[in-house]
Amino acid sequence: MSDHKTMTINLVVWRQKNANDPGKFENYTVKGITEHHSFLEMLDVLNEDLIKTGKLPVSFDHDCREGICGMCSQVVNGAPHGGQERTTVCQLHMRNFHDGDTIYIEPWRATAFPIVSDLVVDRTALDTIIQAGGYVSCHTGGIADGNAILIPKPAADEAMDAAECIGCGACVAGCPNSAAMLFTGAKVSQLALLPQGKAEAKARVKNMVEAMKECGFGNCTNHYECQASCPKGINVKFIARMNREYIKAQF
Amino acid sequence: MILDGKCPTGPIEQTWDKHRFDLKLVNPANKRKYNVIVVGTGLAGGAAAASLGELGYNVQAFCYQDSPRRAHSIAAQGGINAAKNYPNDGDSIYRLFYDTIKGGDFRAREADVWRLAQVSNNIIDQCVAQGVPFARDYAGYLDNRSFGGAQVSRTFFARGQTGQQLLLGAYSALSRQIKAGTVKMYNRREMLDLVVVDGVAKGITCRNLVTGEIESYAADAVCLCTGGYVNVFYLSTNAMGCSVTANWKAAKKGAYFANPCYTQIHPTCIPQAGDYQSKLTLMSESLRNDGRCWVPKKKEDCGKHPSEIPDADRDYYLERKYPSFGNLAPRDIASRAAKEQCDDGRGVGPGGRGVYLDFGDSIKRLGADTIKERYGNLFEMYEKITDENGYKRPMRMYPAPHYSMGGLWVDYNLMSNIPGLFVLGEANFSVHGANRLGASALMQGLADGYFVIPYTIGGYLATVKPYGTATDHAEFKKSAEDVAAEQNKLLSINGKKTVFEFMRELGGLMWENCGMARSKESLEENLKKIPALREEFWQNVKVTGSGAEFNQQLENAGRTADFLEFGELLCRDALHREESCGGHFRVEHQYDDGEAMRNDADFCYVGAWEYKGNDKEPELHKEPLKFDNVHLAVRSYK
Repeated sequence: MSDHKTMTINLVVWRQKNANDPGKFENYTVKGITEHHSFLEMLDVLNEDLIKTGKLPVSFDHDCREGICGMCSQVVNGAPHGGQERTTVCQLHMRNFHDGDTIYIEPWRATAFPIVSDLVVDRTALDTIIQAGGYVSCHTGGIADGNAILIPKPAADEAMDAAECIGCGACVAGCPNSAAMLFTGAKVSQLALLPQGKAEAKARVKNMVEAMKECGFGNCTNHYECQASCPKGINVKFIARMNREYIKAQF
Repeated sequence: MILDGKCPTGPIEQTWDKHRFDLKLVNPANKRKYNVIVVGTGLAGGAAAASLGELGYNVQAFCYQDSPRRAHSIAAQGGINAAKNYPNDGDSIYRLFYDTIKGGDFRAREADVWRLAQVSNNIIDQCVAQGVPFARDYAGYLDNRSFGGAQVSRTFFARGQTGQQLLLGAYSALSRQIKAGTVKMYNRREMLDLVVVDGVAKGITCRNLVTGEIESYAADAVCLCTGGYVNVFYLSTNAMGCSVTANWKAAKKGAYFANPCYTQIHPTCIPQAGDYQSKLTLMSESLRNDGRCWVPKKKEDCGKHPSEIPDADRDYYLERKYPSFGNLAPRDIASRAAKEQCDDGRGVGPGGRGVYLDFGDSIKRLGADTIKERYGNLFEMYEKITDENGYKRPMRMYPAPHYSMGGLWVDYNLMSNIPGLFVLGEANFSVHGANRLGASALMQGLADGYFVIPYTIGGYLATVKPYGTATDHAEFKKSAEDVAAEQNKLLSINGKKTVFEFMRELGGLMWENCGMARSKESLEENLKKIPALREEFWQNVKVTGSGAEFNQQLENAGRTADFLEFGELLCRDALHREESCGGHFRVEHQYDDGEAMRNDADFCYVGAWEYKGNDKEPELHKEPLKFDNVHLAVRSYK
């Protein structure tokens, strides 16, 4: 386990005490990093060093460290999650970097995501969008058998493609307009593709789009940066479907 | 003291229906007068908060993450069991009940398990109605796959992300109630104490993780849905934030901790690559449907590329040892078998700590496309972590701590021995006995949240007067002061070792001496070393920053302090249980062929421990287990 070549990495990290602090970049050096370190484990090494020298470690959101909870949220060298295809920053490995590299690390930057501390942001706005209508209004209990509704495999599969969204907010961070269209479009589409979601489809799309605007997210101008940033590869066609649902809902 | 689980009696098929009728009801107009606190928003907590909100109770829900959608239920990959018998292969509620009792090595309550099997079918219906995109066949019917410990296909799934989809279903139901105003959601709050007023649970004390403020919340009942404790091993498949803290704080306020030694080591996880590693990643058990586990027959082959080892020189050890279940042997058995091979010097990869999981034959039989459709995301995940292609070269796997069957003791109503304190999902001890079968954790979380607590909490609330939400009682103040004092102490030590260093040390002790194999000597060693480590922690830990701000090290320090107390209890329980059963394997108690030797004469009971202080031995209370339907037998998968 110890025969790996190690790397020294230069880090330029955004430090900001809280929402009111202006914040600034700080430079650090971490040593002894192997190709098997995950990106977050490299930050763990940095933080251990900082604590031992009596300094404040870098705050960053993380939890499952296997790419599914959606908690981790860092812009690495200008790209949300580091820019690897279908990869969250917790799944990014240091084998993608070289000895002596300088890496810039920033939080998600969007009006709707105020900074909490360093790389940690407040993404409650995404919850607010779901609360506006991202559900089927079924009560617990008294439900017909699961096979009473037949759902053709292609529809179930496409709904699942949309449902894979982990709600990390990378689409917002990657978008020049800070739009949450991919996030919202994925949920609208998942439910629009399934028979269970049809009854409330009109109200749902209207309310969710309204909530999106109220939360301070921007609009889509077809840059497709969201799709490129998405660690789950959610397709921009779901934005198109949301737009269609939205127009349908006007009549 | 002999504990009473308050299980209904009579024919098992009627127990839950009869009990539901016997429970008292709170009339619809009175429900809004009651407040319920739900801590944790995974499958159990999310489902409970949503369902209780729908019924009309005032719910306050809490999670430590930034959103209720992130609880670690989300990481469950393979599926959820239900006794639908859609494939017409002989399944039934009774068979699911039987498999779960047997799979748990006869250490769970029959009535609780029956109820779980009975409501399993409702769960699938509920999730379908919510828009959970379960896998379907081309005609539109729900699809099933097989899982370990069962000879029928009863597992429903959504690609390799079943937990995510079920959690998002519960989260959507919860979101609907938040919008409706029946649930007030508190994100980024960590419960750091249970408030008990006159012997009854009446609230919690939290730290606001953003501002650092210590906050009090009062209610008529508290539901802990706070998950499991296997992060006590430091490296596990759990999320970094998973801890025993909420449960342990409740235990310190008098709730009994049951069967803490029943921990599940999952057989198929990606082996550890280095000392810096922060967590282990699980590969779904469903992989064992099509993957074959093997190690080289000859020690000298271990260093070779697997493709250079001919079939005749491979030991497909699960197929050899357990011909009728083969690669789908239950988790405890598959994990121990993997360890046996590695201990025999035939492990592969770094340190000889790995076995192969080989898809070569399945790819020949079904084609790579089919394998990709079934498990594509898992192969992707494997490649990201190891930089190896699982389609071309067998995956390397090693067991890792994954789930805790033990938890706070609850009666049939999911209420702990403290009135008003309910415990749901992985946080309680109730249905999995000494070993959990695959795809049963999701089932239990949702069963407890959607279909059990909505009934049983009413039975309790109907007997108490609404308490209100005022937190001016002296117990709330005292609790908040105690919590603040502990935080300040952690910050003031200013020692030399970091929290991670302590946690790594504790995890090492737990894994080496109380992991897959335990002995009297190893456990006694831990009972000496853990208190010493705990003492060192309180003298020498270094936490920078202040309590009045976002401070992740302070959060981790508190969780580690609790693990340092709880780890000792886990070892004590393992030492007292002089038998091998399920996930608890004592080397002194095994048959000649290495299989676990249970001791029903002396240990057919739930062991529930009462905390008496760190310097005093906890007191053991027993709840005898009775098996009227499934007869106690040696568990065999041969």
